Amino acid sequence: MKHHALKSLLAGGAVLAISASASFADIVFNRGNSADPESLDPHKTSTVYEANILRDIFMGLTTESAKAEAVPGAAESWTVSPDGKVYTFKLRANGKWSDGSPVSADDFVFSWRRAVDPATASEYAYLLAPVVNAEDITASKKKLEELGVKALDPLTFEVTLNAATPYFLEMLTHQTTYAVSKANVEKFGADFIKPGNLVSNGAYMLAEFVPNDHIKVVKNGQFYDAANVAIDTVNYIPTEDRATAMKRFEAGELDSNDDIPTEQLAELKAKFGDQVRLGPYLGTYYYVFRTDKAPWNDVKLRHAVSMAIDRDYLAEKVWQNTMIPAYSLVPPGIGGYETRMVDYAELSQLDREDGAKKVLGELGYGPDKPLKMEIRFNTSENHKNTAVAIQEQLRPLGIEVSMVNTDTKTHYGHLEQKGDFDIARGGWIADYKDPANFLDLCKTGAGNNYGQYANAEYDKLLAAAAAEPSPGVRMKTLSEAEAMGVARDLCFVPLLHYGYHTLVSTRLKGWEDNVLDRHPSRFISKP
Amino acid sequence: MLRYAIRRLFTAIPTLFLIVTISFFLIRLAPGGPFNQEKGLNPVIKANLERQFGLDLPLWKQYLNYLGNLAHGDFGPSYNLPDFTVAELFRVGLPVSIQLGATALLLALVFGSIMGSFAALYQNRPADYAVVAAATAGSTIPTFVVAPLFQLLFALTLKWVPVGGWGDGALLNKIGPILTLTLPQLAIVARLMRGAMIESLHAHHIRTARALGLSNYSIIVRHAMRSAVLPIISYAGPAAASLLTGSLIVEYIFAVPGIGRYFVDAALNRDYTLVMGTVVVIAIFTIIFNLIVDLLYALVDPRVRYD
Repeated sequence: MKHHALKSLLAGGAVLAISASASFADIVFNRGNSADPESLDPHKTSTVYEANILRDIFMGLTTESAKAEAVPGAAESWTVSPDGKVYTFKLRANGKWSDGSPVSADDFVFSWRRAVDPATASEYAYLLAPVVNAEDITASKKKLEELGVKALDPLTFEVTLNAATPYFLEMLTHQTTYAVSKANVEKFGADFIKPGNLVSNGAYMLAEFVPNDHIKVVKNGQFYDAANVAIDTVNYIPTEDRATAMKRFEAGELDSNDDIPTEQLAELKAKFGDQVRLGPYLGTYYYVFRTDKAPWNDVKLRHAVSMAIDRDYLAEKVWQNTMIPAYSLVPPGIGGYETRMVDYAELSQLDREDGAKKVLGELGYGPDKPLKMEIRFNTSENHKNTAVAIQEQLRPLGIEVSMVNTDTKTHYGHLEQKGDFDIARGGWIADYKDPANFLDLCKTGAGNNYGQYANAEYDKLLAAAAAEPSPGVRMKTLSEAEAMGVARDLCFVPLLHYGYHTLVSTRLKGWEDNVLDRHPSRFISKP
Repeated sequence: MLRYAIRRLFTAIPTLFLIVTISFFLIRLAPGGPFNQEKGLNPVIKANLERQFGLDLPLWKQYLNYLGNLAHGDFGPSYNLPDFTVAELFRVGLPVSIQLGATALLLALVFGSIMGSFAALYQNRPADYAVVAAATAGSTIPTFVVAPLFQLLFALTLKWVPVGGWGDGALLNKIGPILTLTLPQLAIVARLMRGAMIESLHAHHIRTARALGLSNYSIIVRHAMRSAVLPIISYAGPAAASLLTGSLIVEYIFAVPGIGRYFVDAALNRDYTLVMGTVVVIAIFTIIFNLIVDLLYALVDPRVRYD
């Protein structure tokens, strides 16, 4: 088993010969993916690179449509109790694992317990927090069997939640909620994830994994909708070097890539035309003040600095319009939610600068008492350029900006351990399409609340929203929370909303642009 | 000489132990840890992860555990790539790096020596200038320039080879990485050989050989080259250790799955076990190749004896 990757490497000649002879029938999609997955175990993953692959080989109770809307997946239907707390899922009668065995409610019970089990140490265990007892189990306070999930019969899976959770169905597209085959995991233990061992219930199944070279998945004949899957083989190719990825795309070695060197956008557009896809993506690039520390505990001062930052310049000049200026933490594009922007969002940059100057003057800052601010950011050419641009923008206002640039681990280690800083860079990409996924960041004591923002009223609004059964009222409450925590108090300083920037060959059909930038291979064809 | 070699290998054990110990504690001094990332983990989950990998134990205990496992040949799991153990990652990557590195080294040694000797024999004539100019260019143009230029010319324009990827070890995929690795080494070997050969051609024993009327071929190949090759041997030892353990830049640009990338990636990711594995592999290669150099010296230079 351990030798599998090596064997597949050594058997290169044989594989090559086979794939050459089969090339008439085989439709192969060479899919550039910025990095290798950390793991293919759905309960041990955290990055979007992993999600891209796992979406093809596994399928949650709900799954993404070609446009990344949540639609029935392993469950063909479900009912919800009147209080919104109990979901009863009916699994597909023809749902099968790639070894032909049926996907059962037991597999889901086993898998969800596995995801919250402290021994699994799932990074995303918190995603299942809405399920009764999930958090206590992860914290080793309760037993696995106490998780609020039940198999009523082989095809009926029941979940009990702590409170009505309107985004629950949306959340079930996330890989942490995927099922793994109980029999498969019990048979192989930790090695169940190796090619040759792994069985899965998605449109594809794992064939090869050579780290830093490729992951090959092939069409799963047992998949309930296999008849409508056009691509036979998907090779996920890690493309760490973006310049090389562009050349490989040009040479036809890649059919798509999930990233481009944004600094070359103009040239790439000229060369590849419409194959360069740009659009809004559910993520926010932010700066955050230590709100519990003088002088940054003064919300007026925080706003003054925020006002003086020219977001249009950052988006246009630094990020070549691959990002969008942001004035709210929650990005636009979540249906039913009204984002709440800072009140100077509509002003011109000149007016904002005047406003900033006035506030700084009132607070006594000026040539005699310059405001000093240190920006911390993690190593990246564009993060550096952003910080330098901000330094230049703040200089005319008498703000002396210095910079501390560290590698990613040092940066986030410092933020997480509540290290001292003035203002720091960070980013958040949505796990699922819901404003709470962003607004929870400012909750008192939340792990990613790097600014140590603490406001009982804000927490109360989030709690009220979480307990609210009516989706409309809930969205309104969340909107109020954003107005208070972000627009009024600047728990985070939103700078830019992410945009996706991908390369998609004209050879591919069925690639639908969407704000989550998710594109299951099963909807794509290569006529 | 065999006894000498065995003795050297035994002294390598404390050396290795020292390297492992220093590295183990040094990497822990770096701020942050393997589980720090943009989306921070909540403390409960982070504690579960640390427990799973034994990172919750006191450092001295982690060190003893690591040493114990290492003594059994167990390099441990990779923290950032938990589907693989460190040993599995090397089992896939090391053959790739060795294939590329060994071929590059061999090409550099053979052609570098020929070019260098040729230049020395025609010292201060056009052929010599050409070799010196080419060697200077070869050793000054950085790999990150040569590699993309190679891709542009041979892959995108002429379409002779693929841009990148390992292609399950297909020959065409290896040409770019090998040539890019070879070029700077070739330049260095050629320059070393040229200098040594010039010196050697002026040595007393060569003059004696000429006076004795030996054939030109015999003088150059059997006598002059034999002593000129000594600096090449001392250079080739460390060069081999470094080439066979991969090159980050070449692997990135040509997208080949060697182990060169781990030197940097593992350290940046605070993947402690992978860092340690990398250190051990490099240390072993360095120790072995230094030993080989010393043994070769004895074979080539009659003045060196290890008995």
